[in-house]
Amino acid sequence: MKIQIKNGHLIDPKNGIDAVMDVFIAAGKIVATGAIPNGFQVNRVIDAEGLVVCPGLVDLSARLREPGFEYKATLESEMDAAVAGGITSLACPPDTDPPLDEPGLVEMLKHRARSLNQARVYPIGALTQGLKGERLTEMAELRDAGCVAFGQTDAPFTNTLVMMQAMQYAATFGFSVWLRPQDVSLANKGVAHDGEVATRLGLPAIPVCAETIALSNITLLARETGAKIHLCRMSSAEGIAMVRAARQQGLSITCDVAINHLHLSEMDIGFFDSNCHLVPPLRGLSDRDALRAGLMDGTIDAVCSDHTPVDEDAKLLPFGEAEIGATGLELLLPLTLKWAQEMKIPLSTALAKITVEPARILGVDAGHLSAGIAADLCIFDPNQYWKVEATALKSQGKNTPFLGMELQGKVRYTLVDGNIVHENQT
Amino acid sequence: MNNNPQLNKNGELQHLLTTEGLPASILLNILDTAESFVGVTERDIKKVPLLRGKSIFNLFFEPSTRTRTTFEIAAKRLSADVVNLNIAASSQSKGETLLDTVDNLSAMHADMFIVRHSQSGAAHLIARHVRPEIHVINAGDGRHAHPTQALLDMFTIRHYKHDFHNLRVAIVGDILHSRVARSQIHALTTLGVPEVRVIAPKTLLPTKVERLGVHVYHDMAQGLKDVDVLLMLRLQNERMLGARLPSAEEYFKYYGLTQEKLALARHDAIVLHPGPMNRGIEIDSAVADGKQSVILPQVTFGIAVRMAVMSILAGN
Repeated sequence: MKIQIKNGHLIDPKNGIDAVMDVFIAAGKIVATGAIPNGFQVNRVIDAEGLVVCPGLVDLSARLREPGFEYKATLESEMDAAVAGGITSLACPPDTDPPLDEPGLVEMLKHRARSLNQARVYPIGALTQGLKGERLTEMAELRDAGCVAFGQTDAPFTNTLVMMQAMQYAATFGFSVWLRPQDVSLANKGVAHDGEVATRLGLPAIPVCAETIALSNITLLARETGAKIHLCRMSSAEGIAMVRAARQQGLSITCDVAINHLHLSEMDIGFFDSNCHLVPPLRGLSDRDALRAGLMDGTIDAVCSDHTPVDEDAKLLPFGEAEIGATGLELLLPLTLKWAQEMKIPLSTALAKITVEPARILGVDAGHLSAGIAADLCIFDPNQYWKVEATALKSQGKNTPFLGMELQGKVRYTLVDGNIVHENQT
Repeated sequence: MNNNPQLNKNGELQHLLTTEGLPASILLNILDTAESFVGVTERDIKKVPLLRGKSIFNLFFEPSTRTRTTFEIAAKRLSADVVNLNIAASSQSKGETLLDTVDNLSAMHADMFIVRHSQSGAAHLIARHVRPEIHVINAGDGRHAHPTQALLDMFTIRHYKHDFHNLRVAIVGDILHSRVARSQIHALTTLGVPEVRVIAPKTLLPTKVERLGVHVYHDMAQGLKDVDVLLMLRLQNERMLGARLPSAEEYFKYYGLTQEKLALARHDAIVLHPGPMNRGIEIDSAVADGKQSVILPQVTFGIAVRMAVMSILAGN
C-alpha cells in the first residue's frame, strides 16, 4: 500500500525538519518527504492538515506484564495502549515472572509481540539470574534472542563485586547496562521522599543519598570497567549534578526521567494518594525543577513513560501497602508536550526526547524519518484537549496521578511498518 | 483530593483523622464539649443518651488494649452500641482487604468507625471510601496521627495551665516514629502555643521536622530550660534492634526524664505521657509517680475527650 500523508506539520528532529511537508510511504518504508516522487501512485491519503507528523515514539520503559502478571495487564491491552499513545518502539524491563533471564522467555515475548503487529518490543534482559544480583545471565545468548541491553530494574544490587563483574562482562560484548541508582539499605523499605511531606504524613522515607551513593558506585565502576551505562529514572537534583560531572569526565553515561517525575513532586501525595506511590519516590520541588532543566540542557537524554499498570485493588490500600507504579503509555506524548510548553521549548526539541534520543540509547535505527527506514510514525493533534480517565485509557492500568486532568495532545494515527495500527478520527 | 477530607460541605467535622489542618475553633469546641462530659464521668450513673441507637465499630488492625478500651467506655457512656473487632486476628489473615472489611461492616449499618492501623494513611483511605453518613475516627495510623490522644493532651494542658498562649512545651523522645508527637505538634501550634520544642537524638527525628513549626534540641538540659509542659513519648523496645540507639541504658541516661532533669524546667511544669510507660527507659518512676505528673488525669480526661469527639461527629 502506498500512503501519502498530506499537509501535516512534519517534525523530524534528527533530520532537522520542522515544516509543513508531505510524507510518502511505500512497502512499509519511508520513500520521501516533501515533493511527491516520480510515478508514486497513492492508494491512501491521510489528511494531516493541522496535525503534527513525527517519528513514532520510542519508550525506554514499559512494563507489559507478560509473562506472569496477566491479571494486571496483557500484551494485547498494553500494545493497544502503546499505539494509542503514538509509541511504535518500546523497551520492556525484565521484571516479569519469571524474569527475562533466559533466551526462551525472550524469544516467546518477541514472538507474542510480533504476532500482534503493533509496536516493536525490545526486551531488556536481566543482568543477573532471577534478578537476584548474584550470578550473571547468559548475556550473549540473550542478545541473540533479542535483548538490546541488560539491567536489574528495581531489584537491588547488594554485592558491589557482582556489579563490577556484570559491567565487565557486558563491556566485553559492548552491551549497555541499565541501572536505577538506589542503595537498598539506605532506601530501607521507604515509600516516599525523605522530606517535608513524609515527615508530616509519617511515611517511611527514602533519602536522596540512596540515589547519589548508588550513583557514585555506578560511575566509579563504569570508569573502572569501561561499561556503557544507562541510568534509569533519575529523581534528584544532586543525582543530575553527578551525571553532568561524570559526563564531563568523558564517561559513557546516559540517563532518563519518567513523565511523572518531570511534573510531580512529593507535594502531590496530598492526603496519601496511592497513585503517587512510585519508584523512585517523587522528590522535592527543587528536585523536580532540576529534572526539568536537566532534560532541557541535555544532561537527561530522554523521557520515558515508566508504564507500570497495576490492578485497581492493589491501589486501594494504605499508601505504603499500595502497589508501586502508574500507567503511562498514553500519557508520554501529552506530558512531554506539557513540559515543552511550560519550559517554552520548541516542539522539535521536545519530540527528540521521545524519538531519536531514546532510539540512540536503545541502539536501534528508529525515531527518525529518513528515506528507506521503516515507516513508523505518529500523527497527533497538538491542540486537542482530552481528559485522563479510566474510559479514555486503553491500558488495563487505569492508575495515574494525572487522573481527572485535562491534557493537550491527542494521537490521531499511528503507523508501524507503513500499516495504520491506530486511527482516531475525532 | 486536596480538599480537607475531615470537613463536610459546611466546614463541620465529618471525620477526625488528624489534628493537622483543623481550625482552632473546631479543636476548642472539642475541648469545651469535653468539659461538659467530665461531670458525667464523675456521676453515679455515668451515662447520657446522646448516641442511643448508634452503632460504633472499634476496628483495630493493630493490637491495643488501652486506646480501644477508652473508646469503648466513651461510646458506652454515650449509650451507643459498641462492637469490638480485633482484625489482626480475623479476616485480614484470611486475605480480606481493608476496604472489604469496611464494606462488610458498613452493610451492618455502622454509624461510626474507630480505626487503628499500622499503616500511615489507613484512616484517610477508609474515610474516603465510606458512605457520607458514616464517620471515621482515627485511633492511630502508622507514624502519622493519633488525634484523640493529642486532644486529650491539650485538654490536660488547658486544665492545668488554663491558656495556651504563654506556654513553652517540649516533646521528648522518639519523634520519628511517633504519631502522637505529630498530632501534638499540629494541635499545639494551632492552639497558639508560642514555643514548641522537640528533644531527641538525631536518629529519632524526622527530616525537616522544624518545618512543622518546632524548635529542635538534642540536649535535655538546654531543651527543658523554662519549659511549662513536658510531653514524654514512649520508646518502643524494637528501636534498640537497629542502629538508631546503642542501648536503653544510654538512652535513659541522656534522654530519660529524671527528677534531676525535670528540675531544669519551670518549677510548676507538668509531665504528660500517652502510655503505656517504659519506666526506667524514657521516664523514671519517681517522676511518673511524682507530684508534677498528670499522667493518670490524662487517662480520665481521655474518656471525656473521646465522648466529645463522638458526640460532635454524630451531630454533624
